[in-house]
Amino acid sequence: MSTHDSYYIPHKAVWPVLATGGLMMTLAGFANHLNGSSIGSGMMLTGFVIFLVMLGLWFALQSTESESGMYNHGVGISYRMGMMWFIFSEVMFFAVFFGALWYTRNLSVAWLGETGLPSGPGRSTHDTLWPAFQAVWPTNGPGKVGGDFEPMGAFGLPFLNTLLLLSSGVTCTWAHHGLLAKNRDQLIKGLIATVGLGFLFVGFQATEYYEAYHEMGLTLGSGIYGSTFFMLTGFHGFHVCVGAIILSVVLFRSWKGHFTPENHFAFEAAAWYWHFVDVVWLGLFVFVYMM
Amino acid sequence: MTAVVAEHDDHHDHHDHGPEKGVLRWIFTTNHKDIGTLYLVFGLIMFFVGGAMALVIRSELFEPGLQFVDPNFFNSMTTMHALVMVFGAVMPAFVGLANWMIPMMIGAPDMALPRMNNMSFWMLVAGVLLLASTLFMEGGAPSGGWTFYPPLVFQNGKSFPFAIFSVHLLGISSIMGAINVIATIFNMRAPGMTLMKMPLFVWTWLITAFLLIAIMPVFAGAVTMLLTDKFFDTSFFDAAGGGDPVLYQHIFWFFGHPEVYVMILPTFGVASTIIPVFARKPLFGYASMVYATGAIAFLSFIVWAHHMFTVGMPVAGELYFMYATMLIAIPTGVKVFNWTATMWKGSMTFETPMLFSIAFVVLFTMGGFTGLMMSVAPVDFQYHDTYFIVAHFHYTLVPASIFILMAAGYFWLPKWTGNMYNEKIGRLHFWLSAVSVNILFFPQHFLGLAGMPRRIPDYAIQFADWNMVSSIGAFIYGFSQLLFVYIVIDTIRGGTGEKVSDEVWEDASKHSLEWTVPSPAPYHTFSTPPARIPTEHF
Repeated sequence: MSTHDSYYIPHKAVWPVLATGGLMMTLAGFANHLNGSSIGSGMMLTGFVIFLVMLGLWFALQSTESESGMYNHGVGISYRMGMMWFIFSEVMFFAVFFGALWYTRNLSVAWLGETGLPSGPGRSTHDTLWPAFQAVWPTNGPGKVGGDFEPMGAFGLPFLNTLLLLSSGVTCTWAHHGLLAKNRDQLIKGLIATVGLGFLFVGFQATEYYEAYHEMGLTLGSGIYGSTFFMLTGFHGFHVCVGAIILSVVLFRSWKGHFTPENHFAFEAAAWYWHFVDVVWLGLFVFVYMM
Repeated sequence: MTAVVAEHDDHHDHHDHGPEKGVLRWIFTTNHKDIGTLYLVFGLIMFFVGGAMALVIRSELFEPGLQFVDPNFFNSMTTMHALVMVFGAVMPAFVGLANWMIPMMIGAPDMALPRMNNMSFWMLVAGVLLLASTLFMEGGAPSGGWTFYPPLVFQNGKSFPFAIFSVHLLGISSIMGAINVIATIFNMRAPGMTLMKMPLFVWTWLITAFLLIAIMPVFAGAVTMLLTDKFFDTSFFDAAGGGDPVLYQHIFWFFGHPEVYVMILPTFGVASTIIPVFARKPLFGYASMVYATGAIAFLSFIVWAHHMFTVGMPVAGELYFMYATMLIAIPTGVKVFNWTATMWKGSMTFETPMLFSIAFVVLFTMGGFTGLMMSVAPVDFQYHDTYFIVAHFHYTLVPASIFILMAAGYFWLPKWTGNMYNEKIGRLHFWLSAVSVNILFFPQHFLGLAGMPRRIPDYAIQFADWNMVSSIGAFIYGFSQLLFVYIVIDTIRGGTGEKVSDEVWEDASKHSLEWTVPSPAPYHTFSTPPARIPTEHF
């Protein structure tokens, strides 16, 4: 039967279970490492390499199948739905850390500083443990955990990074237009620019972290400000790296001439992911850096 | 959804598409029925693992004083029993049913993303293996309760990071499974199978899948903060650094409350599928069932702090969460009313699946009412962390979710295997379960109201009698579940010698599509979509 009007159902899958084994080994190794075992880090790295290789083989298989025309429109819709809901799960993951930032800034720190209601929930903690503590933001808490630090300003590197990431969103869309218009040159140039801007962003963020640790006294251990600052920006930076790697693969596949205006799910998924990362950054810039 | 389906293996050639031979079939399978079976068998095994842990607890509590285990191991048992039952037994069993039944119920050839389906099962196994490995570690398995509250959780020994990463793997597994369910239901329905013609089991799973994708990342985030607080100097849950241990409880229960509905909504779906067949009537109030499920799911996101009434919230918060929680009784009441009305004046027969379903309606309603009692914030100060809450949630999980899983087993086993199960032993299993589950959990209400705290290995002398009764019930209940294992194996081997028709149950094909395919269901079903969509539930 023609593959054009049929929903492709693979007969067996080798890579997913092996990738799972790799990921499990990674996490078991990491846990051992945290428990102080000497085999932990080796196990973690081996597991992670297995995980990446298996994922790579899986994606290569998908790419080959796609190129041989085995996926019809229905399969494409399933993939798009999968990606959309995956991004939604990522939104919820970031929401937890934004929520923690909101809760500590507006509720728990205020309660510890007794600026809340006269009989607020933090009142007894304030009175008995830290009567001198004043609620201000940024703070490393009444125990001054991590010592003195200087908060990260918004209008140095972070502002530059905002411009970089917003521009990369534009170049990504420009590449998409090139793909739709069968303009291979525009597609590849747009993607190179996007990936380049993405890695530049990561480089600047690394510089920012370096300055925080070495010149500002701001570390992951700087109380709740350091915790929320580094966990939010850190997870975001990790997502930028992943997004840039995905876009690099898409760039490679574009260069091989894989995508057509009708069939380019991988490009779309990567672009959605990139825009999602972009939007998270805007939230970070407003709530972590500016406010 | 397109009309024709092609089957390929990784080498793109066409040949006969029966299952592969040997153990590799199960490891590399992408077939929704194989994966469904894997999930169901895994869930059943974990049901007995978690059950054995429960029997350790009930043995220790048979009499006051310490007799069998040391207190730390007892605490590990309460913690691991919960984690194994929630993440290892109930959730996987329902995912197994989803895998088996959703494609057959909506006339689809398979799940939408078969390779990811394989991965989500093995992620589950990986997560449970990491969790189980902690039983053999220095300091024992996690013992601070399945909720992992800080700062208590930081006292766990070597198990701590393993438990955290186990949660991450289980979360990834659930998210992938849920994405697959949503893509399947939205994209793979047969022509004519509109959303409001889907069997209610499919509806409840669609809504459950939304819940899972929304909450599992939240849990992952919460335990990640625990990990960094312990190992990387962050202060999320440390007041000295400006954080707050109560923040963890808010995040946990933002996950945790929808999570308990993840276990009960598919239960509702199966009950709504079984009761009409044996009442020989359409489901009463199909549309209201759909909307009630949606309402329950929505409310589940805005009631979480009723788990924390005694933690020291502002009074406005207590009031809000109290009233919001009470609202849940409305859509839940709609459901109980509809099940009852479905049976009203029906030509009922009482085969084992129906017996379990009726017991579910009665006993779940009791569990719901005790929930309503605890939603009253000032009263909850007395019930909080006593055996009353233990009795409450076990009534909503054991004679509800577990009974319905058993009912589903009896209901669909003949379709899966082509053989009828042993009705006599099935009914024996039901009556033993239904009686003993009440001996087990009903006295716990009295214990809780009298003030016995939960999660303790020893107790004051005045609680002795009812604890002994409860433990006796536990052993009868636990061992009578072995009958189910016997029946499942016996049915698979065709022990009763009775072959079933395609329809299995009288007029079942009017209700749902799975009864229109042969029994046992062939390896691939609905490679071409069904000609007619059942509309009996209108």
